Amino acid sequence: MTPSKKITFSRRSFLKSSALASGGMIIGFNLFNACKPEAKLPVDLSQLNYSDFNAFIKISEEGKVTIFSPNPEIGQGVKTSMPMIIAEELEVAWDDVYVVQAPLDTKNYTRQVAGGSQSIRHGWEALRQTGATAKQMLVNAAAARWGIETSECKVKEGVITNTKDETLGYGDVVLEAALLEVPEEVTLKDPKDFTIIGQGKSNVDIDKIITGKPLYGLDYKEEGMLYAAVLRPPAFGQVLESFDDSGARSLPGVVDVITIGEKLRAFKDSGKTNWSMQMSTTDKVVVIGKTTWDAMKGKKAIKAIWKKDSELESTENHDKELLDLLDSKDLTTKRSDGDVKKAFAEADTVLERIYEAPFLPHNCLEPMNFFANVTPEKVHLVGPVQTPASAQKVVSELLERDIEDVHVEMTRMGGGFGRRLYGDFVYEAAEISNVIQKPIKMVSSREDDMTTGVYRPASKYKIAASIKDGKLTGYHLKEACINVNMYGLIPNFFPAGAVKNYQVDTANYKSNITTGAWRAPYTNFLASAEQSFFDELAEVLNIDRVKLHMDLLENVKNNPEPNIEYSPERLQGVLKLAVEKSNWGKAADGVYQGLSVYYCHNTHVAEVADVILENGVPNVKKVTCAVDCGIVINPLGAMNQIRGGVLDGIGHAMYSDFGFNNGVPQSSNFNTYQLIRMGQTPKVDVHFVESNLDPTGLGEPTLPPVGAAVANAIYKATGKRLTKQPYMKNMNVEEKVLG
Amino acid sequence: MPTFNLKINNETHTVEADMDTPLLWVLRDKINLVGTKYGCGIGQCGACNIHVDGNVMRSCLLQVSQAEGMSITTIEGLSEHGDHPVQQAWKEIDVPQCGYCQAGQIMTASAFLDKNPKPTESQIRNAMHGNICRCASYNSIEQAVKVASEKMS
Repeated sequence: MTPSKKITFSRRSFLKSSALASGGMIIGFNLFNACKPEAKLPVDLSQLNYSDFNAFIKISEEGKVTIFSPNPEIGQGVKTSMPMIIAEELEVAWDDVYVVQAPLDTKNYTRQVAGGSQSIRHGWEALRQTGATAKQMLVNAAAARWGIETSECKVKEGVITNTKDETLGYGDVVLEAALLEVPEEVTLKDPKDFTIIGQGKSNVDIDKIITGKPLYGLDYKEEGMLYAAVLRPPAFGQVLESFDDSGARSLPGVVDVITIGEKLRAFKDSGKTNWSMQMSTTDKVVVIGKTTWDAMKGKKAIKAIWKKDSELESTENHDKELLDLLDSKDLTTKRSDGDVKKAFAEADTVLERIYEAPFLPHNCLEPMNFFANVTPEKVHLVGPVQTPASAQKVVSELLERDIEDVHVEMTRMGGGFGRRLYGDFVYEAAEISNVIQKPIKMVSSREDDMTTGVYRPASKYKIAASIKDGKLTGYHLKEACINVNMYGLIPNFFPAGAVKNYQVDTANYKSNITTGAWRAPYTNFLASAEQSFFDELAEVLNIDRVKLHMDLLENVKNNPEPNIEYSPERLQGVLKLAVEKSNWGKAADGVYQGLSVYYCHNTHVAEVADVILENGVPNVKKVTCAVDCGIVINPLGAMNQIRGGVLDGIGHAMYSDFGFNNGVPQSSNFNTYQLIRMGQTPKVDVHFVESNLDPTGLGEPTLPPVGAAVANAIYKATGKRLTKQPYMKNMNVEEKVLG
Repeated sequence: MPTFNLKINNETHTVEADMDTPLLWVLRDKINLVGTKYGCGIGQCGACNIHVDGNVMRSCLLQVSQAEGMSITTIEGLSEHGDHPVQQAWKEIDVPQCGYCQAGQIMTASAFLDKNPKPTESQIRNAMHGNICRCASYNSIEQAVKVASEKMS
C-alpha cells in the first residue's frame, strides 16, 4: 500500500450527506454498491432509507459521533473494528465515538452478511473513504467560516485548528458541513500515522456484557409477547402423522397448540427454492406458552406419531457411501495440472492415505431463537441472524407480504459459526406469529438446537502423492462429502502451483440431513487432512518438514502460476516466524512438536503444537501461531479471534463427534457431546507478521491448520498417525481426568 | 399456581410459578433479569450460574420452590456499578467474543475467588472447567481470573 493516498470517486458514488432536523449531520454510505443517483437521505433518523445506505455516521452539534455499524456481530468483533476504521480517518478520539448496531433491512443486495471472514476485507477501503470524506466536509466548513484554505487547517481528535491557533470543534461546524457537496477527492492517512487502528480497543458492548444487560435475541421482549416451542421430527426422514395435544392443553401456562409447515410447503410447491431454507417441510407442532418454560414443558407433553417419509440414514451407511465414492467413477475434476496419471504410473513409490471427519453441529451457546410479530399492518422480526436481507426477502415471499412491510432488526448473537447464515428459525417464528397474529418468540431448547441443525457435513479425503527419484512428482486429492463439495477457489490453495502434476476431484452423497457452512467451510477439515499428509510425506521423502514446505513454495515463486489462491512469500513468512517463535526442533525433553501451515479466507497462518504425554494420554500444552493478516486493525479483537479459532479447532479435532442412527442424531446435549473446556486448553502464543498490506479477516483462518499441528505432534509422541477425527475417540485413549 | 417469595440481589420478589419451574426461567421471564443465560438446561454449560448463599449454582437445576429463603445473586447484582474486581478484570483483558457465556463465567470466577483469593493456575483451570465458552475465549478467561485475584488480594 502507498502511504497517504488521494482517492477520487464520482459524486454519485456511495456517499450522501444530509442535515439532521434535530441539528447535526449524517453521512450515509453504502459499502459495496454505489447508491442510486436519486437516493436521498431523510432528515429524520427514523426515516433512514436502509435500502440505499447500509451504514451511517451521525455527528451532533455537541460534536458527539455515532457510528451505526453495518455488519452483524456474532462475536468476531466487527462491531468494534469497522467503526475503528471510520474513526481513524474521521480524526476523532475513540472515546468520543458511540457505536450502535444499525437495524438494517435492505432491499438491494449488499454484503450485509457475517461470514467467510470477509467483513473487514471488503469494508476496509470504503470505510476509510467514508471517514475521510466526513472529515473533509467538516474541514471545508471550518475553512469557509474562517475564509482560509483548507490546507491551512489541521485536525486532531475532532478539533480543527488554523494557523492562528484558533479552533473549531466538529460540532461547531456540523450544520454548515451538512449543506456542502460531498467532495470528489479525499486523502487517506498514511498507515504510520494511525492512532486508533493498531491499538487494542475493547469490545464496544463490554459493559453490557459484564453486567448482564439485555443484548441477545433470547433477551428481547415486547409487551404481550408469548413464547413458542416447536416440536420437530426426532429423525431426519420422518414427517408428522398425528398428535395428541390434550396433555399440553391441560397445563396452566399453555396458551395454544398449533401446527406450522403449510406456508413453507406452499413456497416449495410453487417451485421456489432458497439456499437459506435448510429445514424440514413437514408439519410441526408448536406449543405457545406464557413463559419459555411453559412452552418447553407443554412441548414435552405432546404425544406425536411420526412416519417415515424418506431414508432413515446412519453413520455406518454414510461411511460406506463416502468411501465408495472416493474410488468411484462419479468424481468431478475441479483442477488438473500436468499429467497426474502419468506421474503415478512412473512413480517409484506412492503414498496414499484416507482422512475422515464426522458431522458437526454448530452449538452456538445461545440456541436458535427469533421474535416475530405478524399483524395486518406489518411483519416485525427481531433476533440473531447473520443474513437479515435474505431473511426479509424470504419471509415476504413466505407470508405473501410486500417486502416493505417486513422489518428485520438484528440483535447481538450468542455465537454464529455459520449456523445463523440460515433462516429456518426466522421462517418458523414468522409462520407461528402469522397463525396466531400475536407477538411471539420462538425458542429452541439445546436439544432442539443440536438435533435439528444445519450440520457441517461429514467428509472423507483420499490423498495420494507420487514419488520418483526421491522427489514429489504428483499430488492427487479426492473429496467425498455429504450433500456438497468444496467451493470453487479451494482447489487453487496450496499445493496447487507447487507440484507440477496436480489434480483435485470431488463427489458427494445426497442425504436428507440438513447441512451447511460451519466455521471455515471445507477447509476446517481439509487443512487437517493435507497438513497431516505433508508431515508423513516429509518423513517418506526423508526431508525436513520445514524444508519440504519452503522448497515447494520456492517452486511457486520460481514458476509463478496466476491461478493460485495464496502468496508463496507470505506462506514462507508465517512458516519462518512460527519456526522461530516456537523453538522448532529445540523443544525440551518430553515435549513433542507438530507443524501445520495453511492459507484460507485470504489470511496466511502457520502453527506449531507442543504436546506432552501424561500417563500415555496426549495433552496439548501450547500452540505457537504466526499470522499474516495484513494491517492489524484491533490487536485485542484479533488476538481473541486467533486464540478462539485455535482452541475451537483443537476442541473439534480432538473431542467432538456427531453421527446418526436411523436418522436420529447421536447426541442432543452437552452431557454426551463434548466441547472443549478450560482444562483441555493450551496457551496460544500469537505472533503477527508486520505488514502494511490491506487487512484480511480473522474469524476463521486460524482454525483449519491446528488439527494437523496437533495430530503431527501426537505422532511424534506416540508413533501413531491420526487420520480420523475426533482424534481422542479414534485413538482409543481415555480422556484425561481432571483434578 | 403457587406463589414464592424470592430474595434476589437484596430485593424481595413475589412470583407465581409452577413448583418445578427452574429458577433460571423465573429470573429471565418473570423478573426480567436476563443476564443469567440459558445454554443447556441440564447443568452442563454454566451459562446460568448464579450465587446462592455465596455458593455458585446452576439456576437451570434449581427449582423455584427450593429457592425460597435463600439469598440469590445474579450478574445484575454482583456489583452496584459493574465494577466488581472480576468484572474489572474481564474488561481489562477484553475477554468476551460473542459474550453469551460470560455472565456465567464471571459468577463462577467471583464465587471461587471469594473462597480462594490466591489460587494457583491449576486451581483456576479446575474451577472454570465447568463453564463452556463456545468461542473458546479460555486463554483470556484464565488470564482475567488471575488479574481479578491480584485485584482482590
